[in-house]
Amino acid sequence: MSFAQAIGDWHALAVLFVAGVIPNQIWRMLGLWFGGGIDEGSELLVWVRAVATAILAGVIAQIVVEPPGALASVPDTLRYGAVGAGLVVFLLTRRSIFAGVVTGEVFMLAGKWWLG
Amino acid sequence: MALPPLDSPQWNSPWLAFGWGLRSITQTILTIVLFVTYLGIGALAHDTHFSLVWALASTLFVWAGPAQIILITTLGSGATIIQSAIAVTVSAIRLFPMVVSVLPLMRTPTTKRRELVFAAHLTAVTLWVECHRFLPLVPRERRIAFVHGLGCGLVSVCLVANTVGYFLAANLTQTLGAAILLLTPLSFLFSTARNSREVADVVALVLGILLYPLAAKMSSGVDILISGVVAGTIAYGVHWWREVRA
Repeated sequence: MSFAQAIGDWHALAVLFVAGVIPNQIWRMLGLWFGGGIDEGSELLVWVRAVATAILAGVIAQIVVEPPGALASVPDTLRYGAVGAGLVVFLLTRRSIFAGVVTGEVFMLAGKWWLG
Repeated sequence: MALPPLDSPQWNSPWLAFGWGLRSITQTILTIVLFVTYLGIGALAHDTHFSLVWALASTLFVWAGPAQIILITTLGSGATIIQSAIAVTVSAIRLFPMVVSVLPLMRTPTTKRRELVFAAHLTAVTLWVECHRFLPLVPRERRIAFVHGLGCGLVSVCLVANTVGYFLAANLTQTLGAAILLLTPLSFLFSTARNSREVADVVALVLGILLYPLAAKMSSGVDILISGVVAGTIAYGVHWWREVRA
């Protein structure tokens, strides 16, 4: 990889700041400025947290349903099966993130190998 | 490794406290979860055609896994800057209550606001969880330095993970590359599920996953926002309904 390739184009870095850094950082700085007067358990924050969780859930679904790059080479059923198998083990192991992730990965790799 | 007692001379300088914070990253399983997540983010950045420096800059300056993944997937699937910015900012709202609840743990009567800016930047779900665990064991006047050490340690681990993930995605066979990309949804699904203590959180997570494919059929460009707001509002409704009945 050359130096220029590692940096990529400056336009993309500018987009990173406008679409990523500023919209994200603004909430931390608001928390720093107005932190004192907000009740952590207020109804508005409960709704905000629920929407934020659901958006993250949507992103998880998007990666599995419309996979990027190399993940697209894995058949649909195998991707869904891997997430499902990981979820079952995660719940059975009293919410072990590690066990869930390993199971999902093993399921997918074994399925790929079995399908040839 | 155990932290020294509160009255130990080991806490005499901010630098020593920074060092204890740095070393504390070895004391939590969440460091491994972060490593795996950021390995996936590095690979995702590669496969959606972002540069390595772009990926590292996103980790340094955004420092929030969900926001980084939302940014990469939305921009990668052709969303406009405004659409991506809206999705990122909505996902980042949860940082507000985290900062609000974590900063009082390190504040002393003489602490100035600008001394907390870097600690606020470092605040994300992992640091937030670990602050509640570690800070009671740290003398109050050394807590900011300790958090700086802990945060810098975690950021460094993630920068290494990004780089490794990026090169693995570039050089591995297709199957192993797919395995690295699958790390992201798996680690996020399970770490979010683990943090879901209330019914509203669980409903938001499950409905958010189920509604996305439906919303995607509309191809509105803001599918993720639509499914997120609908699922989140229903989850809030469930929370409200339980409160009213209780």
